[in-house]
Amino acid sequence: MAIPKVVGIETEYGILVKGGESNPVLASSVLINAYVAATSPRICWDFDDERPSSDARGFSLDGGPDVEMHLVNSVLTNGARYYVDHAHPEISTPECRGIREAVVYDRAAEEIVRRSMEYSRSVLADDVELLLYKNNSDGKGNSYGCHENYLIDRGVPFGRLVADITPHFVTRQVFTGAGKVGSEEPGTSAADVPFQISQRADFFEEEVGLETTLKRPIVNTRDEPHCDPVKYRRLHVIVGDANMSEVATYLKLGTTAIVLTMIEDDTFPSDLALANPVPAIRIVSHDPSLTRTIGLRDGRRMTALDVQWSILEAARRHQKKRGFDSVEDADDVLNRWEQVLAGLASDRSTVADVVDWVAKERVVRAYADRHSIEGYDVRLKALDLQYHDMRPEKCIASRLGLRTIVGADEVRTAMTEPPDTTRAYFRGRLLAKWPQSVVAANWDSVVLDVGRDPLRRVPMMEPLRGTRELVGSLIDSSDSVVELVTRLGAAPEM
Amino acid sequence: MAERVHKQTPSSERRSDAGTENVAEPVTETGEKLKAELDDLLDEIDEVLETNAEDFVKSYIQKGGE
Repeated sequence: MAIPKVVGIETEYGILVKGGESNPVLASSVLINAYVAATSPRICWDFDDERPSSDARGFSLDGGPDVEMHLVNSVLTNGARYYVDHAHPEISTPECRGIREAVVYDRAAEEIVRRSMEYSRSVLADDVELLLYKNNSDGKGNSYGCHENYLIDRGVPFGRLVADITPHFVTRQVFTGAGKVGSEEPGTSAADVPFQISQRADFFEEEVGLETTLKRPIVNTRDEPHCDPVKYRRLHVIVGDANMSEVATYLKLGTTAIVLTMIEDDTFPSDLALANPVPAIRIVSHDPSLTRTIGLRDGRRMTALDVQWSILEAARRHQKKRGFDSVEDADDVLNRWEQVLAGLASDRSTVADVVDWVAKERVVRAYADRHSIEGYDVRLKALDLQYHDMRPEKCIASRLGLRTIVGADEVRTAMTEPPDTTRAYFRGRLLAKWPQSVVAANWDSVVLDVGRDPLRRVPMMEPLRGTRELVGSLIDSSDSVVELVTRLGAAPEM
Repeated sequence: MAERVHKQTPSSERRSDAGTENVAEPVTETGEKLKAELDDLLDEIDEVLETNAEDFVKSYIQKGGE
């Protein structure tokens, strides 16, 4: 039986130092420190449960990915984590129960980044500016991620999960792709691929695996549940693009949560297994005409759109038979999914307000026409990069009339307030009310200084506990963190 | 194929049964309006685009991630 989908997004932003020395690690630290210093006391991340080399297939990789423990790492009162990851600033949204809610927190993350850029100006020389980009590639073969996370039932056999989710990951880019001028696939140039659907497709070399920086796999096996490991798995998805379109983010999360529910309930059509997923993901990305076919394991050939129609059909059958109680907003996601496929299949311009790559391709083409540009031109690449520019005065995406589904007020609130219906509520409220007493926090626990040794760790192994409903009045009515801890001890329902 | 999904449906029909959003304008009119908007947009983009695209694209290097 499918479990409620808890979702989140981690976004690494591209960073440039305008007018100064190019040191992205330092620049990222300055950016985040500027925000944290201006908005809240510094709360450190607690690394106790970080095990990025633990593999979902049941083994642990020696010399696997390292967590860089010395870099800036903070927790925000909205429950998010804001930190330096390798050479990028990264924000992980708090855990969200709603798909639309996750879009609100992704947008709040964008605003936090914009605010950070402003705050950083006060600590930088007058002619130095930090520029941030919500994209996934520098056009020179370097990629950085926008990762999604989904709570799923540990009982689902991992092999079936990999087999069933792969066709969705290879083909969902027709509406989640952020678009890219040129190609970064070795041996392929912008002359071969002037424009492609996805930022990321060029970088995937394996079907399944643990890595995120080399030999990237379509299905990532990082097994760090950040919650009860007996009951749950956190599917860590690295295959997606960062989206500027709110609807694209919504569809990326919503359709994937729906597919995962079908996999948990074993209603996903097994006949969609692909023959060669790695070449297929590039074939799809390199074909904005959406007409090329990819091979299925059973010998059929289908376009990416047809694979998506088949997945949607199966989802509609599931909806009719069982419903999608596990996914908030599922009915609306299904309707919008159908609309976007219909638009892509007929008149592309009808989805230019929701699909990033369509919006980007349209403006790139129009710009090339106006300036009589044929083939690749550096101005088109500049346009591509600036589509994702976080400076309002320089951002191209914000000028293209992309449809919005969340309001400015709720985004502003989400910059400081946590979601009500996950454990992020507990984390965020504690930080807001007793910042001096929260020594450290991470996804599944909070460490509190209760005024005498030892420090108290409050575990949060259930993502759907620690909610406003369960602990809101307890936090509100406690005068000190000591009182809260005492009362929590008497309230096992937390 | 689910009942409401028909790949062969003409685009105008498909837009009208697409449900929750405003889809009232006929496609041709929308196309002309889009073109006019695009012209304005391109004027704006000429102003917004980094003045030295060559340097900007060259300097945009992002090593290390994920």
